Amino acid sequence: MSLIPAELKYASTHEWVRNEGDGTITVGITEHAQDLLGDMVFVELPEEGDTVAAGDDCTVAESVKAASDIYAPVAGEIIAVNEELEDSPELVNSDPYGDGWLFKMKVDDATELEGLLDADGYRESISED
Amino acid sequence: MAQRTALYDAHVTAGAKIVDFHGWDMPINYGSQIEEHHAVRQSAGIFDVSHMTIVDITGAEAKPYLRRLLANDVAKLTVPGKAIYSAMLNEEGGIIDDLIVYYFNDKSYRAIVNSATRERDLEWLAKQSAEFDVQITERTEFGIIALQGPNSADILKSLLTPEQHAQALEMKPFFGAQFDEVFVATTGYTGEAGYELIIPVEQVVAAWNTLLEAGAKPCGLGARDTLRLEAGLNLYGQDMDESVSPLASNMAWSVAFEPADRAFVGREALEAEKAAGPLKLVGLVMTEKGVLRPGLKVIVDGGEGVITSGSFSPTLGVSIAMARVPATVGDTAQVEMRKKLVTVKVTKPGFVRHGKALVEL
Repeated sequence: MSLIPAELKYASTHEWVRNEGDGTITVGITEHAQDLLGDMVFVELPEEGDTVAAGDDCTVAESVKAASDIYAPVAGEIIAVNEELEDSPELVNSDPYGDGWLFKMKVDDATELEGLLDADGYRESISED
Repeated sequence: MAQRTALYDAHVTAGAKIVDFHGWDMPINYGSQIEEHHAVRQSAGIFDVSHMTIVDITGAEAKPYLRRLLANDVAKLTVPGKAIYSAMLNEEGGIIDDLIVYYFNDKSYRAIVNSATRERDLEWLAKQSAEFDVQITERTEFGIIALQGPNSADILKSLLTPEQHAQALEMKPFFGAQFDEVFVATTGYTGEAGYELIIPVEQVVAAWNTLLEAGAKPCGLGARDTLRLEAGLNLYGQDMDESVSPLASNMAWSVAFEPADRAFVGREALEAEKAAGPLKLVGLVMTEKGVLRPGLKVIVDGGEGVITSGSFSPTLGVSIAMARVPATVGDTAQVEMRKKLVTVKVTKPGFVRHGKALVEL
């Protein structure tokens, strides 16, 4: 069973979200997602300053197996991207909840975060896969 | 329920991720397929390929039977143990399978065919044998381990006596010999030096463990696929099938048109195609970010083609592919990727050999 940290929120499309408590969030993909995708070879990140709506495809995670869209979990502005992934995309595999984070966002409406899944909800959603 | 090789439990113990491969539960990787890929390019890896089918062809007319059956000519084989690669064609010149056939004597040969095509192959072998005095025997009592990479020769020591090992090192490529219980062949599917070992099924697990202890890394089908793609080797069902000929599959070298009076199955169709100017299988290299995938459309001088195999090349650090395109293709092509056209370089299929890049980036 893959690791699903209790303190994070999740989208059913396998993104995790960490609420930084200052109106910003950090987003990555779950351990389950990286396991499904296999070794990551390229990550095409959004631009800082991009504004995105919830559900917009804003990142492409390209693994040995497939190219997968990563979606913005809520609406907001991209304020940082993980530039380490340019040279070390494998961080998404080795440390999906840490050094393998994808981007940070300033959230338009913090109440949108409440609509995301908690760890139990996400665990349930992947057990149905 | 999927079939399992004798090594299934060993794979699970080693942390393999198991996938269904044409009805077999096989390891796709043991953690990271890219690390496994590099291990084969830089040291040595072992693959369980026991799912492949071994067929012995014996009898008074084994040689004329195979000369009719195969696009390559087994009459080239005169030294016991020598092997050739060949397509097995239908009457329309389409590829039923690709295989390696070993020569023991004019009345005894051994073919290794793909697992995905096993039933079709056995049916075809039987059908074509009607007019020949031959026996076709599937040998299910063996497992097969591929030991591949620059350290393979050294690691092979662990399975053989010093005298046997010295003899094995003397073998030229595409050669096989029996050393007690182990049939050692200098063949492979990675573009590296290495061996394919045919071992009685009850001894396969012990041999696997011995090779691991000697320093080989277990490698799954994921690494096998990127290694063979870098080496420019076709995968049956992907780069070729019954709808395409060896001439359109970068396998013209394996078709023996001489002697002209050898009537092999598919010959007439191939001769007609040769005159018409067939499609060809080329290599593609993309230096932009992204990964070329099978099925993507390729636009070339004089028409359109399609990617048959594509992936990320761990050795080159860029994406590579094989594509079947009109023979009018020039030095570059355009690939339709995620709503945009990307220019890629056209090469011979074959990107890496013995750890070295064959293409310029």
